[in-house]
Amino acid sequence: MNVIALSPWDLSLAAALVVALAALTARIGMGLSRSLLISGARTVIQLLLIGLVLKTLFENAQLYWVAGLALIMLSVAGYEVMSRQGRRFSGWWGYGIGTSAMFVSAFAVTVLALTTMIGPSPWWEPQYAIPLLGMLLGNTMTGIALGLDRLTQTAWQQRRVIEARLMMGHGWGESIGQIRRDAARSGLMPIINAMAAAGIVSLPGMMTGQILAGTPPMEAVKYQILIMFLITAGTGFGTLGAVWLGSKRLFDDRQRLRLDRLKPGRGK
Amino acid sequence: MDNLPASQTVLEVRGLRAAHVGPVDFRLLAGEICRLSGESGAGKTLLLRALADLDPNEGEVILDGIERARIAPTDWRRQVAYLPAEPLWWEERVGLHFRQDGDDSRLKALGFEPEVRNWEVERLSSGERQRLALVRLLENRPRVLLLDEPTANLDPANSRKVERMVREYVSDHGACALWVSHDPIQRQRLGGRSLVMEAGRMREETP
Repeated sequence: MNVIALSPWDLSLAAALVVALAALTARIGMGLSRSLLISGARTVIQLLLIGLVLKTLFENAQLYWVAGLALIMLSVAGYEVMSRQGRRFSGWWGYGIGTSAMFVSAFAVTVLALTTMIGPSPWWEPQYAIPLLGMLLGNTMTGIALGLDRLTQTAWQQRRVIEARLMMGHGWGESIGQIRRDAARSGLMPIINAMAAAGIVSLPGMMTGQILAGTPPMEAVKYQILIMFLITAGTGFGTLGAVWLGSKRLFDDRQRLRLDRLKPGRGK
Repeated sequence: MDNLPASQTVLEVRGLRAAHVGPVDFRLLAGEICRLSGESGAGKTLLLRALADLDPNEGEVILDGIERARIAPTDWRRQVAYLPAEPLWWEERVGLHFRQDGDDSRLKALGFEPEVRNWEVERLSSGERQRLALVRLLENRPRVLLLDEPTANLDPANSRKVERMVREYVSDHGACALWVSHDPIQRQRLGGRSLVMEAGRMREETP
């Protein structure tokens, strides 16, 4: 495989485009330029770091290094989920609900895919395991963050309706059922849209990357289909799990609605 | 109907505490309507919510001799039924909130035609919502009615209809009611014992 290597000059040109965009948003007072520049800088630093880490990891492929990196990725993703909540659960639950759901779904799907579908040897070979887990975690994270945010916001707005049903003797699950369904739907919408648009509206990133790197298009397509399905399953199961856990946490053992378990988050 | 002895205790409350309420002790007897009054902020609504087990609370609450902890929360709220001052609805049409096999006698007694089941909830006035919510609540056949100003938005004629319905229900089923009312004339009509909340505590008013 032969890729045309990019020079620092090429990257600087692309960066200049983002800076130009930031200048424009500052000019028209949209208040986005700061976040644009900061996240742009984060992209550069984080990707350079992960490039170094992956380089080292590929040279010393050991299961415990792979597992360690996977745990770091998970804990950062868990933090991201928590910080995107308008209202989040107080205490460890704020971090725990999203992280545990991501752990179960993203890790299970990754391990399943590595052992039964892709089958590198050893099965945790970092060149396959880390990018796969990364794609799964990234998408699951978005689904769970959207789902939980929708759940807690709507429960907060509709607390009196939920309680009206409790007063009539409905169980907690019935009382929050509609809200839970809507929350799960909003978590799953992005990936459903992505599947529907794949190939026609957008060429998915991984496939593009593989084609640029010289992989035959049909091989890249097969990988992309596999990844799409894995991401859908991971996001779906993760979001359903997180929304269910979250909705359960909104009620106590006497099925009272306990919105005091939420506290204002930083929102986004 | 259930013929229970008139002096039987339906609800017994000992040392009930919730946020800003308590300790509160009282009992309600079968067939009894008790008036509850007190300035706003005295904790009347919080007391009713605690009795319906909607807010965290502690203390002993006993229904027909059975301790609350031994009754599932959903059953508890069906039997110790709370009617808030502004009842809410969750479906689009009125009828979906009622039992499909229920009869229309209570609807008619409160001045509604059976077609009210097809009405959109959005178009109900606050008084209609209050009256319909009482019918909705009675379909669960509760043992205790916790009524938070149930006639606040009603004209005198409709208020009397509601009073008659609650009184009939309570005496027919050997149930009991705790009725929050600020209207002195209505309080006179209701009669019975009068409980007063003051800064989260309860006392019985002697005539």
